[in-house]
Amino acid sequence: MQYRSSTPEFDRTIEGFHTGEHLVNARRQADARKLDDVLIVDVDCHHYETDNFAEIIEYIEDPVIKQGAVNTFAYKGSAAILMDQPGYQDIGGRVSRYLERKHEKIPKTANPREVEQTLRWMNALSVDYACLFPTPMLFMGLHPQAEVEVAMARAYNRWLTDNVLPSNPRLRSMLYLPFNDPEATYQMVKEYGHKPGVIGFMVVSTRYKPVYDNAFMKTYALLEELGLPLSFHASYNWNDQLVSMTNRFITAHAVGFTFFNAVHCANWIVNGLPERFPKLKVIWIESGLAWIPWLMQRLDNDYRMRTSEAPALKKLPSEYMRDMFYTTQPMEMVNNHEALELTFKMINADTQLLYSSDYPHWDMDLPSTIWDLPFLSEKSKRNILGLNAKRIFNLDVSDRFPDAKGKSDGMVDTFKQQVTPA
Amino acid sequence: MTEIFVARSADLPEGARNTVEYEGRQIGVVRAKDKLHAFLNICPHQGGPVCDGLLIHRVEEIIAPDKTYQGMRFSETDLHIVCPWHGWEFNIETGKCAGDGKHGLKRFKTVERDGAVYVVV
Ligand code: FES
Repeated sequence: MQYRSSTPEFDRTIEGFHTGEHLVNARRQADARKLDDVLIVDVDCHHYETDNFAEIIEYIEDPVIKQGAVNTFAYKGSAAILMDQPGYQDIGGRVSRYLERKHEKIPKTANPREVEQTLRWMNALSVDYACLFPTPMLFMGLHPQAEVEVAMARAYNRWLTDNVLPSNPRLRSMLYLPFNDPEATYQMVKEYGHKPGVIGFMVVSTRYKPVYDNAFMKTYALLEELGLPLSFHASYNWNDQLVSMTNRFITAHAVGFTFFNAVHCANWIVNGLPERFPKLKVIWIESGLAWIPWLMQRLDNDYRMRTSEAPALKKLPSEYMRDMFYTTQPMEMVNNHEALELTFKMINADTQLLYSSDYPHWDMDLPSTIWDLPFLSEKSKRNILGLNAKRIFNLDVSDRFPDAKGKSDGMVDTFKQQVTPA
Repeated sequence: MTEIFVARSADLPEGARNTVEYEGRQIGVVRAKDKLHAFLNICPHQGGPVCDGLLIHRVEEIIAPDKTYQGMRFSETDLHIVCPWHGWEFNIETGKCAGDGKHGLKRFKTVERDGAVYVVV
């Protein structure tokens, strides 16, 4: 692959990308920390459904939408039916795997290429089980035609549960919900809630549909009855009226990926949904952690003055938030461990926090981001990396941990490497 | 002090790079701005293979005398090497992280002699 630099002498050609080689340092980290002996469940990672798009659109049930999509796809690619928006997550080619992974050579098998590609990075990171999500589809909640979101969600979920999830027990998913259509959302849970490999359902939070709408209550009730978590996965909308004031992706990302989750979470609590569905497990994904103490403090402060506006609550908003679950990435690891430690305490990280890598996206976090935190006990690290997920998803991990696995040698502790001052 | 052979000088022109292994560690050697630069191939962020990354000049803002923003351009002097995992950028000459000078790459000395390049460990 060719990468253009600032001047031609630094233009670069990279051939023969292999995910395992790209992540060889991650494998060394895992060896140094003996992470193969630790259960690691990655609750948020991605593949690119567009790699198999021609196949997926054949799964569209609506004959008219399918006929149009197939013909438009022939000249327009996946934009035939998916939403796109401005963005350059690869930072102008600086994060090279965006382009390279697309052309990675994967031996042809009966399985879609993402099965082998996903296993390559899972093995490098020492991830035992991964909850796989799509990528370009994460903007579908912004599609002006709700029926197109429904058609794509149904096609994708059927394709995934037919072809990807059955191929390897290490691959799981919380299936995409077409949340702009409450009835289709309910049907999806009803139809797919019992499928092998399905460990819950996911709403992309970037949309304009409030979670307290009465039309969703039967879906929440069904999820609660099935014991399946409901997750809200962050994304961004650069065309959102507020976010459109930002002029760089860094700003659209820093605020955009927290914004929608913060609004949905506040609505969830103020409308007393935790009281209506006390056993429903709710997970907030990919907004990092810094927004949680912010929202807890804002809501608690207001609630004590405006209790009459949230009459369903029987305790402080922050206490409901402490009953919810959060994924780790992108964990704000700035130079202040005290802030991070306090955040962990405020959210009861020991029981509520779930490791996620978000691989292969640009701000992915390795398991070492948790394993190397100086303020955590080994028990807490194990909870966050895998045991909390095992508990809330009710995972059977006996295929990976029948008993203690072999040990491996260490190499370099990257977080303790000596830094040479300039 | 051990000298490890990296490449023949002719095989390491401007903008080229090579990686050598020493005691299980990788060291990347790059020729840029007519000098050799050698770094441990482990990024101080999350341990990525920083020496495999793009060489690219620092991006700077153009601000007019009246303080108005006039666009962006590439620096003509400051060259960065970018870690391919997440995009941390490091000044190729100092090894310092462009976004947070408290972090930097571990550097090694290099020697060029009789048409060959060596890294000193
Ligand atoms: S590991 Fe180098 S930028 Fe993250």
